Amino acid sequence: MDTETTVNTHVTSKASSRGLARMVARVGQIRELGLLAVLGVVVAFVGVQEPRFLALSNIEQILQSIAIIAIVAVGETLVILSRNVDLSVGSIVGLSAFASADLLKGNPSLNLWLVFFFGCLLGAVLGAINGVLISYAGIPSIVVTLGTLNIYRGIDFAIAQGSQVNAYDVPESFLSIAANRILGIPLLIGVAAVIAIVASYLLRFSRQGRQVYAIGSNPDAAEIIGIRKARIVFSTFLLSGLLSGLAGVLWASRFALVDSHAASGLELLVIAAVVVGGVNINGGTGSILGAMLGTIILGTIQSGLEILRFSPFWLQAIYGAAILIAVTLDAVITRRVGRLLTERRLR
Amino acid sequence: MKRSTRTLFGSAILLLTAILTACGGTAGGTSGGKLDIAFLPKAINNPYFDSAAGGAKKAADELKGTFKQVGPSQANAADQVPFIQTLTQQQVSAIVVSANDPNALAPALKQAQSKGIKVVSYDSDVAHDARSIFVNQASTEDIGRTEVQVLGAQLNYTGEIAILSAASTATNQNAWIDYMKQELSLPKYSNMKLVKVAYGNDDDQTSYNQTQALVQAYPNLKGIISPTTVGIAAAARYLEANGLSGKIALTGLGTPNGLRKYVKDGTIKQFELWDVGHLGYLAYYAAAALVQGKITGKEGDTFTAGTLGSYTVGKDGEVLLGKPTVFDSANIDQFNF
Amino acid sequence: MKIVRSALRRLDIWDILLVALLIAILVMGSIQTPYFLNATSFSLMFSNFSEKSIMILAMMLIIIVGEIDLSVASILGLSSAILGFLFAAGWPLWLAMLAALISGGLAGLFNGLLVTRVGLPSLVVTLGTLALFRGAAYIVLGDRGISNYPDAFTQFGYGTIPGTLIPWTFLVFAALTAIIALVLHGSWVGRQLYAIGNNREAARFAGIPVARIKLLLFVVSGLVAALAGIIFTARFSSSRADNAVGFELDVITVVLLGGVNIFGGRGTLLGVLLALCTVGALRSALGLADYPDQVQSIIVGILLIASTLGPNLVRRVQDAILRRRVAPEQTLLQRSTP
Repeated sequence: MDTETTVNTHVTSKASSRGLARMVARVGQIRELGLLAVLGVVVAFVGVQEPRFLALSNIEQILQSIAIIAIVAVGETLVILSRNVDLSVGSIVGLSAFASADLLKGNPSLNLWLVFFFGCLLGAVLGAINGVLISYAGIPSIVVTLGTLNIYRGIDFAIAQGSQVNAYDVPESFLSIAANRILGIPLLIGVAAVIAIVASYLLRFSRQGRQVYAIGSNPDAAEIIGIRKARIVFSTFLLSGLLSGLAGVLWASRFALVDSHAASGLELLVIAAVVVGGVNINGGTGSILGAMLGTIILGTIQSGLEILRFSPFWLQAIYGAAILIAVTLDAVITRRVGRLLTERRLR
Repeated sequence: MKRSTRTLFGSAILLLTAILTACGGTAGGTSGGKLDIAFLPKAINNPYFDSAAGGAKKAADELKGTFKQVGPSQANAADQVPFIQTLTQQQVSAIVVSANDPNALAPALKQAQSKGIKVVSYDSDVAHDARSIFVNQASTEDIGRTEVQVLGAQLNYTGEIAILSAASTATNQNAWIDYMKQELSLPKYSNMKLVKVAYGNDDDQTSYNQTQALVQAYPNLKGIISPTTVGIAAAARYLEANGLSGKIALTGLGTPNGLRKYVKDGTIKQFELWDVGHLGYLAYYAAAALVQGKITGKEGDTFTAGTLGSYTVGKDGEVLLGKPTVFDSANIDQFNF
Repeated sequence: MKIVRSALRRLDIWDILLVALLIAILVMGSIQTPYFLNATSFSLMFSNFSEKSIMILAMMLIIIVGEIDLSVASILGLSSAILGFLFAAGWPLWLAMLAALISGGLAGLFNGLLVTRVGLPSLVVTLGTLALFRGAAYIVLGDRGISNYPDAFTQFGYGTIPGTLIPWTFLVFAALTAIIALVLHGSWVGRQLYAIGNNREAARFAGIPVARIKLLLFVVSGLVAALAGIIFTARFSSSRADNAVGFELDVITVVLLGGVNIFGGRGTLLGVLLALCTVGALRSALGLADYPDQVQSIIVGILLIASTLGPNLVRRVQDAILRRRVAPEQTLLQRSTP
């Protein structure tokens, strides 16, 4: 079905008819409006039954608990838009979390900026390894990152040797980072928001950003019109690794206790959030804003179920259903609009 | 066509070799009187089991035996089974195991027993016929009831409480929770209500999130009991980070090192635990006594466990370590584990 | 010249590498530990792969047609939960097993319909059902664990055929392997599968019922996963909602390690069986030599990447050699195609 959408965007750009272009833009907006509507329904539904849900403190709690996922989701969105997938993000977050916490445990007086720098650098290196294997050795991303998911986690286990870093092993100043506030906004939420806004801007307005979409829509065509596909794809994996590395340090700061299976399985949660946010798993369509809305919706559903005292056993099933409903609706809407577009063009 | 026949042929040969090798002879030979004892905890990256391993190592040195600890990286019964099989093949003289699920490990352990390997459970029991001795840290009933008594006293016997456990199938936790419920059914607790049993799977982040969920779902929550070292540490951290110290009472089983900070800042008033090092030490001695044929694990057998003195095997092959220690701000600095 | 080229192409480099690797592991393993190279060890080695080995077979078919099924471990968990729930409710065991199998088939049908009728990518569909089916298992069983299955049932999962060391579960695997060998490499159906994987559009124009075949494969995958669920339940004598969490990654890893192309169209049963033996031997050897889990996962990860990287490099070298030999006859146009 993705081929249909690709063809449509292609056709419109060729025709360069203003009306059609606007229609396509509107498809994107419809999708994000739809997500907002879903979010509104969820919030209203839970809020009516349990007004505490709407309290500012609770909303803050929700945002805080998804902030780390959101940061990783930004990187994953870039990767998926270029028609790839990064399954190793959970392992990168875990490795970065443990390595940076362990570093701080060994050198408690270390400057905290250095710790963050270390985590980001580590993540970037791991992401670059993915990128090289995918872009320059020509191995499919799903194979590479499934492999590095195992390898990075294995390295994490190997350096941890079964040990863990406890709250009392690291300075108080490190633990309070995640709880800090800037201008009244919890730091964690602020960082995630800034990253999302910057990435969103670059993706929409920079040349490289547009090229990511072009590659995702049609990799071969992109190469023919002179886009340096290998370099762009490499960059998306580098960024995904870097953001995961940053998320790892924040994870260590927020949860204070880090062992070698921190963040395992996070990759599925992140991909689910991105997909619910309307990013096409086959690349080419979707936005950071959508991915963020997807993350918020899943986080809100989880919190809502908890506050309504649903058995935790229902949570996973509802998550799964949310993913399926989101992609099914998306496919149906895209097809409708696509048909509408073709009809207009024929007229 | 040629290619497909070739592949078919190849597959057939492969299958055949597998069958043939599987049919060929059996590995034989049992170890003699040497002490080659392996510990298989619920999971390896858990400070609680590392402390127990420390005690076991000490016992191994005293008895001039060998000690090793293997186990899965996550507390999961299915992941423990391959380790039992590996140890069986290695012909260790005894396996000392803490079970994530009493029944799932039974077939593998029985197979180990049939090869002459002694099986001892510690910390969390397995099915009775799959082991000779269970080294119990403290009377199950004792632990369950005192947890409730401690929390009840702190709350003046009123308010909603919740339990944050480990895996939903963990043998020891479920046995304790049963006794907690029995204690709560006594008249003096009529104003206390157990609203929920949550499961943190002995995983830090899960326990942390479960605590958050408990607090959000039950605004009138007054107390939490967490009978697991991982759970209580995560719960303490959540309560402290969200300014709930003193508003929601917390007690349970934890290590002094893991909870020192929270006892000092008032998040936790009291918690208890046995000396985990002693648990590993006693388990090693019990396994050694079995291997050397000093005991068989039947009721009334007695053996000496080094510096801890003499122990008697009770009903169902149970050996009791002793009374747990209650830690509070007055005595916590005397302990380091 | 043509003969040289086709001879080089026919040589399945990765299969040969896998055999070499397997021999190396067997040799290294027997040097490292005296307990490795004997029948008991092989018997246990297979026993540990009882469920994964059959799920690998079904996954191979799905990947060959260019799809993927991430939900297999969750279907395993769901069928195990349903089996346990019904058994605990007093159903006879055989009926509960039948119900578990049917539920697996229905789960597969659900995946298949979403992929073929709604036209969603299988990666997303099965990611969703990975959560959905696992969630359903939790809804069915909650935090309960059902054990106390009859001894005969546990014996099927854990025991061996009397007088031999062959696990009962090996028979299931052998039967399925034989069927799949016939279907994939000995019948026209197999050729259709490869055709679909190579080029879906072309296959459709050639009159192959692409959608129907894919739907069928998802149902097969669900059924096999449910069968694996029954075996898992028997082997551990326990039904729990979290049974076999995360198995899907191991299963996919072995299939890809066997040289099956992730985009479909290429891969053989022989390669996959070799990969299964290699991973099994590797895990067993490392475990017996007391290497921790993490070393195993690092090595498996490296092998997975090498499984594509290796043949890629070999092909480049082959092409370079061929090109040099054939250069005089070749036109510029041919050379410019990558």
